[in-house]
Amino acid sequence: MTSAAALTVEHVVAGYGGVLALQDVSITARPGTITAVLGANGAGKTTLLATISGFVRPRQGQIRLDGTDLARRRPEEIVRAGVAHVPEGQAVITELTVEDNLRVGALLQQQGRAERSRALADTYQRFPMLAKARHRSAGTLSGGERQILVIARALMTRPRVLLLDEPSLGLAPKIVTQIMDLILRLRDETGLTVVLVEQNARSALAISDHGVVLNVGRVVATEDAALLAADEALRRHYLGF
Amino acid sequence: MNEFLQFTLGGVSFGMVYAAIGLSLVLIWRGTRILNYSQGAMAMLTTYIALTVITRTGSYWVGFGVALASGLVLGAVIERVVIRPVENKSPLNPVVVTIGLLVLIEGIAGIIYGGQYRSFPTAFSVTGLHAGSVPLGISRNDLFVAAAVLTAALALAALFRYTSAGLRLRAAAFNAYAARLLGVRVGRVLTLGWALAGLIGALAGLLVSPDTFLYPSSMDSIFVLGFTAAVIGGLDSPVGAIVGGLILGVTLNYAGGYLGSNLVPLFGLAALIAVLMIRPSGLFSASHSRQV
Repeated sequence: MTSAAALTVEHVVAGYGGVLALQDVSITARPGTITAVLGANGAGKTTLLATISGFVRPRQGQIRLDGTDLARRRPEEIVRAGVAHVPEGQAVITELTVEDNLRVGALLQQQGRAERSRALADTYQRFPMLAKARHRSAGTLSGGERQILVIARALMTRPRVLLLDEPSLGLAPKIVTQIMDLILRLRDETGLTVVLVEQNARSALAISDHGVVLNVGRVVATEDAALLAADEALRRHYLGF
Repeated sequence: MNEFLQFTLGGVSFGMVYAAIGLSLVLIWRGTRILNYSQGAMAMLTTYIALTVITRTGSYWVGFGVALASGLVLGAVIERVVIRPVENKSPLNPVVVTIGLLVLIEGIAGIIYGGQYRSFPTAFSVTGLHAGSVPLGISRNDLFVAAAVLTAALALAALFRYTSAGLRLRAAAFNAYAARLLGVRVGRVLTLGWALAGLIGALAGLLVSPDTFLYPSSMDSIFVLGFTAAVIGGLDSPVGAIVGGLILGVTLNYAGGYLGSNLVPLFGLAALIAVLMIRPSGLFSASHSRQV
């Protein structure tokens, strides 16, 4: 994995039609850390990730990966620059096999066949479940297995920053724990910078270094994760636990 | 019995041409959910180009190669220039655009080449082959037609299955959003899909024009039959298009042989209607109904 990178979002304004889902949002994800982005439904969390990954065009503001400005680039180019987005709803290509899903992720690398096979082998070693299911159609996987597949597939693009949108959504508590452990391990073992959007604030803060709380398109708090979790008023008001 | 054998083998040869047109439609449909009504007209135009080259150079094969190459280019150019602006718009827009293209291309061909019927050469002899003294109802050229389409289909299958470009094509066709998330430049992939469709369509034009003669609307009925072949196969399935083409070719050849050749176009349309009524999703399609 390549060296960790900082992702900064500065004064971003974005929305759909007449509705501004993000109003002057600034966040910083420091290299090799996990930043949780929290907030209720409609707070703008998903729009924030879609704006970073290029599916929503910001009307104002900058998005930087280390020095490079990514704002208003196409999604294909942003992932090539090193920011991988795992959207909510998982975006598994159900018609392809598990292995082909992973191979699409590896296409982006310019190296040859041998290098790609090694990346695939590494992935199977890290995720034995995927190795077992490699020739199955991805449409036959369970929700938890799909979540692992899309995270593994995003990692095949060799990202420096990983954007995760609600990875725990709709999954059993035991699997949520597994996914959170995985995210933690990724940070520790590879120095990946992670931006984690979650409704499940408690489990997100438990593994995060930093937390940002959004409310109707604005940042209402940005704080060390432990401090956020300890701030009872904020928790009760915006996070519901 | 001899007659039956002749009609069957002859039908396979026709069916392969329908299969080729069907295949080109499937390529575009899978990638863009657009039915390219101008596919036949594109093939007509590239066949005219082939005829010009053959006349100038005296070599069938040079004309053959130039037509395939121009099909590739024509498909790519049409996607970039005309289709790109209407992709992801209301489904009616591409319908109108591709029908407009059909009229435009046929008009241009009429202006350049005139409206008269021209004969188009075959690659090989059309003298009927015999097994001992039994006539088989097919010629060397019919064998070439079948082999050419099969080769093209197998080459496409190999491209889809074993190459990076093929994986990109499949990923973009099945889930363009996921493909973009992973850095696939979907725009380029769609251009490639149209280019390949143009190539396969050009092949069909070259193979069928000795039988139909060449004139600006000469591919219209072939398009309808190719479309029928693709629908029989489910529009989503390349294999389905080939099988659909074979079923259609053989059936129509029986109808023409036993009942009279005037009935062939009628039977073609009847087959299309029957398939749409009985099994609108086709024999090979796994996809569900969709509102168009």
